[in-house]
Amino acid sequence: MSAIAEPFSEGASLAHRLDPRAKLVVAGIFAVQMAVAHTYVAALTGLVLSLICLALARLPLKKVLVRLLVVNSFICFLWVILPLTYPGEAVWRFGPLAASRQGLIFTGLITLKSNAIIIALIALVATVPVITIGQAMHNLRFPNKLCHLLLFTYRYLYVIEEEYHRLVQAMKIRGFRPGTNLHTYRSYANLAAMLLVLSYDRADRVFQAMRCRGFHGCFYSLRTFSWQRRDGIFVVASVLVLMILLFLEWRMPSFLARI
Amino acid sequence: MSEPLIEMYNITFAYPGASRPVFEDFNFQLLPEQHIGLVGPNGCGKTTLLHLIMGLLKPQAGRIVIFGQEVSNERDFVAVRQKVGLLFQNADDQLFCPTVLEDVAFGPLNQGKAPAEAMQIARETMERLGLHGFEDRVTYKLSGGEKKLVSLATVLAMRPQLLLLDEPSTGLDEQTKHRLMHILMDLEIAYMIVSHESDFLSYTTHECLHVHGHCCKPE
Repeated sequence: MSAIAEPFSEGASLAHRLDPRAKLVVAGIFAVQMAVAHTYVAALTGLVLSLICLALARLPLKKVLVRLLVVNSFICFLWVILPLTYPGEAVWRFGPLAASRQGLIFTGLITLKSNAIIIALIALVATVPVITIGQAMHNLRFPNKLCHLLLFTYRYLYVIEEEYHRLVQAMKIRGFRPGTNLHTYRSYANLAAMLLVLSYDRADRVFQAMRCRGFHGCFYSLRTFSWQRRDGIFVVASVLVLMILLFLEWRMPSFLARI
Repeated sequence: MSEPLIEMYNITFAYPGASRPVFEDFNFQLLPEQHIGLVGPNGCGKTTLLHLIMGLLKPQAGRIVIFGQEVSNERDFVAVRQKVGLLFQNADDQLFCPTVLEDVAFGPLNQGKAPAEAMQIARETMERLGLHGFEDRVTYKLSGGEKKLVSLATVLAMRPQLLLLDEPSTGLDEQTKHRLMHILMDLEIAYMIVSHESDFLSYTTHECLHVHGHCCKPE
């Protein structure tokens, strides 16, 4: 049972108690705004804002850092590739390779932006159990298919993981030891194929069981959300902050140029 | 004598690609208040029989009459599924909602009940099966026995007039098995149980039938 541990979803902090719908919407808008930001001022402000949210969520710092490490290990690749390939003024040479100033600036911006988004998502979205995310999406009138795709994936990922472990065990007890050879690749390919077939069959049976219980293509959600005053305050404050962010992004450069 | 709940006449059914049909000219009847056990070796068609009754499989030939109504197309079977409950072999196939309460309420909601009423029915059904306090449990985190009982609750919540159970006792510990036996013995509706466990069947059914290609014969 390790597929989708939700270490951040339980807690009693302010960020945990906010209405999941409010958190989802704010996190979504913030992520888009950050993704399109192209100034350092906006990116840095975003990072600070997301850190404030993280502080409000009072999550175990160590686990958060581990998660950030995973994301930033991908960004490391960008630091290797982007400065060397981005056209611009060379600041550092190594044989035929040259790192450009513009490339470094650009990579720095990407690093700030991605971290701001991830931290905000950890603070606002990871603090909601996956089930509740699905229900909140349903409540926010997201397309039904999307919500149920999420909920079904969540429900059956465990089952598929269990099936995977069973198959792997069955391979191990017959003396399978992975190596760099064709036998290993073939066995893994069989494993993947078998998992796919099993999942397909499973989906078939689940659908049959649903039809037996009168399913006719329509889901009903029993979950109700209650909007509190703090949710209103959170949304209003977020809208203001996001507008400031928008101002920083679009007006700041020209504003600075004028003074 | 009262009208049979299920009548099957001259059914022929073969799985695609199979060398010989599971049923050929198969005839079967289930009478009201009957509690029947279906036995037979693996692959003799016990599960297939249940799936034919629910309309999950379509026979290549023959007639099926359920509650006195001939059923042939999907629309007929949609009506059948409102009155006949099927408990699947594997509870993981049956429980797909995040929480137990939602799963038990799924059937009643599909029957057009209002959410409040559906929740009420779900709670009552769970109470009856001794599943009080399970409402907000997450379905995949239940134990095997709990999953089986919750699956039964999801079927019973639809208030079926006939219950079909596919190997309900497989993989259950003695205690859960006894619980399941008592629940079944207290039911006031007809049911058919597919099982390999003769002990379980001797407690819960009046009669055991051996499933053959042409008919079901008493052992």
